[in-house]
Amino acid sequence: MTAKPAAQTAKGRSVARRVWSVVALPLVSILLALIVGAVIILGSELVIPGQAFDPLLPARAYIALLEGAIGLPPALNPLVSTLVATAPLVLGGLSVAFGFKSGLFNIGAQGQFLMGAIGAVAAAIAVSGQPSIVAIPVAVAGGMLAGAIWGFIPGILKALSGAHEVVTTIMLNYVAISLFAWIVAGPLAVPGAPSPITPDVGNAAYPILIGRGGHLGLLVALAAVGIVAWLLYRTTFGFEVRTAGANPDAARYAGMRPRVLIVVTMSICGLLAGLAGAGDVLGTQHHVTSSYGTTVGFDSIAVALLGRSNPVGVLFAALLFGAMRSGASLMQISAGIPAQLVDVLQATILLFLVATPVIQRLFSLRGTKTGIDAPGTFTKTYVSGEPTVG
Amino acid sequence: MDGLITSLYGIPVAGLVFEFLGYLIGVLPIVAPIMLRVAAPLTLAAMCGVMCERSGVVNIGIEGTMLVAAFVGWVVGVVVAPLIPAEPSAFFGITPALLIAFVAALGSAMLVALLHAWLSISVRADQIISGTIINIAAFGVTGYLNELISKSSPTSAGAFSQFTPPSFLVQIPFIGWIFNMFLNQGPITISVLVIVIVLQVLLFRSRWGLRTRAIGEHPKAAETVGIDVIRVRYRNVILGGMLAGVGGASLSMELTNSFQDGMTAGRGFIGLAAMIIGRWTPLGAFGAALLFASSQAISQSITFATPSGNLGHLLLSIPGQFWDALPYIVTIVVVAGLIGRSTPPAADGLPYEREATA
Repeated sequence: MTAKPAAQTAKGRSVARRVWSVVALPLVSILLALIVGAVIILGSELVIPGQAFDPLLPARAYIALLEGAIGLPPALNPLVSTLVATAPLVLGGLSVAFGFKSGLFNIGAQGQFLMGAIGAVAAAIAVSGQPSIVAIPVAVAGGMLAGAIWGFIPGILKALSGAHEVVTTIMLNYVAISLFAWIVAGPLAVPGAPSPITPDVGNAAYPILIGRGGHLGLLVALAAVGIVAWLLYRTTFGFEVRTAGANPDAARYAGMRPRVLIVVTMSICGLLAGLAGAGDVLGTQHHVTSSYGTTVGFDSIAVALLGRSNPVGVLFAALLFGAMRSGASLMQISAGIPAQLVDVLQATILLFLVATPVIQRLFSLRGTKTGIDAPGTFTKTYVSGEPTVG
Repeated sequence: MDGLITSLYGIPVAGLVFEFLGYLIGVLPIVAPIMLRVAAPLTLAAMCGVMCERSGVVNIGIEGTMLVAAFVGWVVGVVVAPLIPAEPSAFFGITPALLIAFVAALGSAMLVALLHAWLSISVRADQIISGTIINIAAFGVTGYLNELISKSSPTSAGAFSQFTPPSFLVQIPFIGWIFNMFLNQGPITISVLVIVIVLQVLLFRSRWGLRTRAIGEHPKAAETVGIDVIRVRYRNVILGGMLAGVGGASLSMELTNSFQDGMTAGRGFIGLAAMIIGRWTPLGAFGAALLFASSQAISQSITFATPSGNLGHLLLSIPGQFWDALPYIVTIVVVAGLIGRSTPPAADGLPYEREATA
């Protein structure tokens, strides 16, 4: 009788230890980043003249940030807008994380996101007369296809010639900006509008499910987490992807086809980022202008790194960054702290994650997993002279 | 001669190509100074890339390094200018405040480079991740501080002014425009050519250059003949950061006299592209940067000096965004090896781990 609970607590303890070993470094990094952020706030108070020095300003700023992100209980809308800001980060984070799992660094989520957005608008306009039940799937498919094409290009180039995806995806980000601007000002422009703008997506708009602006895209993002997790951990394809990421040589000797894997993986990365772009226009914007700006693509890299390329980790990391993005405006209004502080915090978190060996030593966090769970091989084949696979 | 030209232009399709080439030669003297001005920051970014990658450190944080330098140069000028009031001197419009700001910009860039060096050489973090984080951090920190500072509507310390070359040089037939291109510029742009040539010579003709190339190709062999791989890499990354800083400073202290969020606008990445196309050599990278800049110069010249006839119609029908995207498309094509392969230093991007000494 006594042995059983003891075994259970032992088991419970080992689970707790496993969880701790995974979350310790991210948590420490977040905490340290908040401290650095507080120091920056205090420092800029000292430097900027014409203000009384307020030693509690960092605390007021963080409380405002939290209040802006979560809101006080009866109010639902702050929480909903956090979720709306989170959804594209989840999809973008999954896009980058999926690449990480197979040893590919997809810096191109930004371009794939833009292509997804414009693809969704184009598809929505093409079926503008149709009811929502037809229009939404078509528009989503248009966005996913456009994103997937933007991921396929660096994939096929890497598979055929060994061109490193870091270089090609960065370049494709800029090509995407130009192509996007041209499509908005040219083929898809509303004739006679004072500045370039596309027509409304009409019936293809995601229905609102909850609160102010809580659209269908929230469920899409949540479903994507499950699907990607299933794909990575429960299918042969996912096993091949992870093997190719962990050890490309072993993958090749085991008879997997790395070239095919690269093309398919990059296309899936693009598809996920494209879905994020489609969600933004179908759920929130409903049309795009030539000044349509986004940082989702770059935030996605941060999300994937903080989430250790794990789908569930990505979900939590995206929630954190989404909450910070959405709470930032209240922080700016009520504490007078520029919303860009969120970018600073985000970068500082990553900085501490990258400097993992140092953090581990400083805080004697032995036995914890290293901060960045990504194969350290991206740079190895940078603009490689030889195709590295197959 | 004229008859020959008219008959060449008369050939269908190919005639348009000849006409386009003729147009380019015609507008070259006018657009050449613009081209160099656009190419200067790209070249400096590429020089930073060459310094780092030749010694085996991949640096995609150049974009962020430039942004920090652009911001610091501007903001230090804003702070210092009221303290040391001075009339701009006739020589490039230099004031003490501008000089102090310029030095501060270089210093800040070297600090950012030091961070990348520490992460990628000592911590042995993935160099691409380290560079990406530096870019995100630079964008956030400069945006945050810029927002705070712009509340007090600061007055800029001004900018370096252009040198006016003596008119007898510019008026030399056929080659006068070359003097105009290189001399009718601010001090940073003028010094770019010097920096490129000095770096090219040093890299291939000096002891430092030989050591740099050795540790970029085969660090272990270099270490066995007594070269301190870690130290040379640190030095190269930091000095490279200084060059990127010069490029960043040129944006906010020479080409304009103000700072905007994210004003580097991808120049650090185009610089990397120029380095790749220039095959990791300073002169090659400079050529590639000029090529990239020409894309922008052509797109500008088409609007202010539209060629006549069919060619004009054709060129006007090409959307401006095409010219914006052209440098990136060219880079993708080159990296994919469709026009000659560009091969990086063999140990590029690999952290170096010293073997335990017995």
